[in-house]
Amino acid sequence: MGITEEKVKELEEKANAIRISIIDMLEDAGSGHVAGPLDMADIFTVLYFHTLKHNPKKPDWPERDRLILSNGHICPVLYATMAYAGYFEVKELKTLRKFGSRLQGHPHRDFLPMLETSSGPLGSGLSQAVGMALADKMDHGMTSQRRIYALLSDAELESGQSWEAAMLAGKEELHNLVAVVDRNNIQIEGYTENIMPIESLSDKWRAWNWHVIEIDGHNMEEIADSFETTKAVFGKPIVIIAHTIAGKGVPEFERDYRWHSKVVNKEQESRAIKELRTLGGKIRSEHQ
Amino acid sequence: MLNPDLKLNTKIFDKGIEQVPIRQGFGEGLLQAGEENLQVVGLCADLTESTKMNLFADKFPNRFVQIGVAEQNLASVASGMAAMGKIPFISSYAMFSPGRNWEQIRTTICYNNQPVKIAGSHAGISVGPDGGTHQAIEDIAITRVLPRMIVLSPCDSVEARKATLASVDTGTPVYIRLAREKTPVMTTDETPFDIGKAQIFWSSTNPKVGIIATGGLLHKALLAAKELEGKGIEAEVMNLATIKPLDDKAIVELAKKTGRIVTVEEHQIAGGMGSAVAECLAQNFPVPIEFIGVHDQFGQSGTPDELIEHYGLGTKSIIKAVEKILKR
Repeated sequence: MGITEEKVKELEEKANAIRISIIDMLEDAGSGHVAGPLDMADIFTVLYFHTLKHNPKKPDWPERDRLILSNGHICPVLYATMAYAGYFEVKELKTLRKFGSRLQGHPHRDFLPMLETSSGPLGSGLSQAVGMALADKMDHGMTSQRRIYALLSDAELESGQSWEAAMLAGKEELHNLVAVVDRNNIQIEGYTENIMPIESLSDKWRAWNWHVIEIDGHNMEEIADSFETTKAVFGKPIVIIAHTIAGKGVPEFERDYRWHSKVVNKEQESRAIKELRTLGGKIRSEHQ
Repeated sequence: MLNPDLKLNTKIFDKGIEQVPIRQGFGEGLLQAGEENLQVVGLCADLTESTKMNLFADKFPNRFVQIGVAEQNLASVASGMAAMGKIPFISSYAMFSPGRNWEQIRTTICYNNQPVKIAGSHAGISVGPDGGTHQAIEDIAITRVLPRMIVLSPCDSVEARKATLASVDTGTPVYIRLAREKTPVMTTDETPFDIGKAQIFWSSTNPKVGIIATGGLLHKALLAAKELEGKGIEAEVMNLATIKPLDDKAIVELAKKTGRIVTVEEHQIAGGMGSAVAECLAQNFPVPIEFIGVHDQFGQSGTPDELIEHYGLGTKSIIKAVEKILKR
């Protein structure tokens, strides 16, 4: 198992470029969410550039895996990763949140049909993913090769519907379903454990018959390996609890819950991009 | 007289008219839909027998999903299945679906443009002894405001079966309103049914009032029209089984022909079928309207007849409304 060092370097550089685009597009937009997109950049990069069975030139390819973004507000990372993966041109990222843009403030399939779901209101994405996994299992049984990936925030697990979905997935033994929880510990008004404690998180998923994997959400090798590992799990849905650093990549933003949805101004943008460019340089030299 | 073109039940005014719960028609329609289309799946929130989805579930256990008491999940799981090409029918009591899960229906079904069919049983106050918590009298209002949603409110079990079958291929979300109690069977297998088409069940040569009814109360409206005929007042009675999209043309025609409209529904007056009719006529052909419905109140326990009487939804109330509007 494991991915080559060269692949790790390629993924890290890609994630770094995606982070720069995220900062850039958020400053242009003048609103939007910062911390989540930055901290999920590594996981999105592994999914789109290593794990997912997909075809950016043929987004409606029926055999593709499905990626459901439940916490739609982190869509800058979805849009940026899709652009770098070749779904559309990177320059379109500049239109985020503007009138007439395909890149709506929260993802909307009417505008960008290549999205699997429109999302925004928290707590519903896992249910939709469960529905997809159920339909897939109805058609292909236990031999299904397809994976349904549901990307969730940690704070949306404060909603009851998430656990309704978790219960059903456990009952139906949906081995084709992989949920990823962005455990960044923040939400709009503070730190999750102050707003509404959700620990002990892994025990909760286990109680509903899920196979639980915990990873460092910024370690490319661990991320890639965890997705690979899920394929060996039988008769249970899988949840990957990804421990991430809110705002990862820009020390000024890291671990500060206020960056959940604070506006990035011009000065902050240039400092952040400088940080990330330096980091990019480090990635290149470390792997040389 | 009864419109002969519609091939209605000739025993419509007999005391011993056959009575069947409207939800039964949904169950039979879904079973038939399941036989005809392999993509049809059923999902239920622990009310399979009550909503008559059991007919489908027993025949097609592999295409049925028992969701448990989790209506929010019910709606969104169905959305996910629709995204994979299935045609999901979900059922519960209307109070819980589309009541409790309205936002999930809005976002994961309508906003996502997924063709999920929502069967809401036990709509109206005629639910009876269960009381106000279980009597959905807001469901038309909350579904007809949703873009893409088709809203169907069949008058009897036969029409409910046809409405269920017609909803399979719309490619859109559909809400089908169902009632618990036994309801007179007014239509027959031969009665035509098309989504979006209103029908005149009772016609007159020189009508002075048009009565537009939806759901099981249509029978009360027909009884009222017959009684009014005895008093020398001619009326026309329209069955409005599709509340959205509204058959504007037929409604305007009726208003032009009669000059006055009385709407009849087992629903809050605010936002219901009468409101939809009023929106249409206010724009196209304003005439006086009287609304039979629930006046900003909740339901309560009682027999269906007691409740229909108490909330002023019965034949007597319809006649009174007609007499009132004739004086306006």
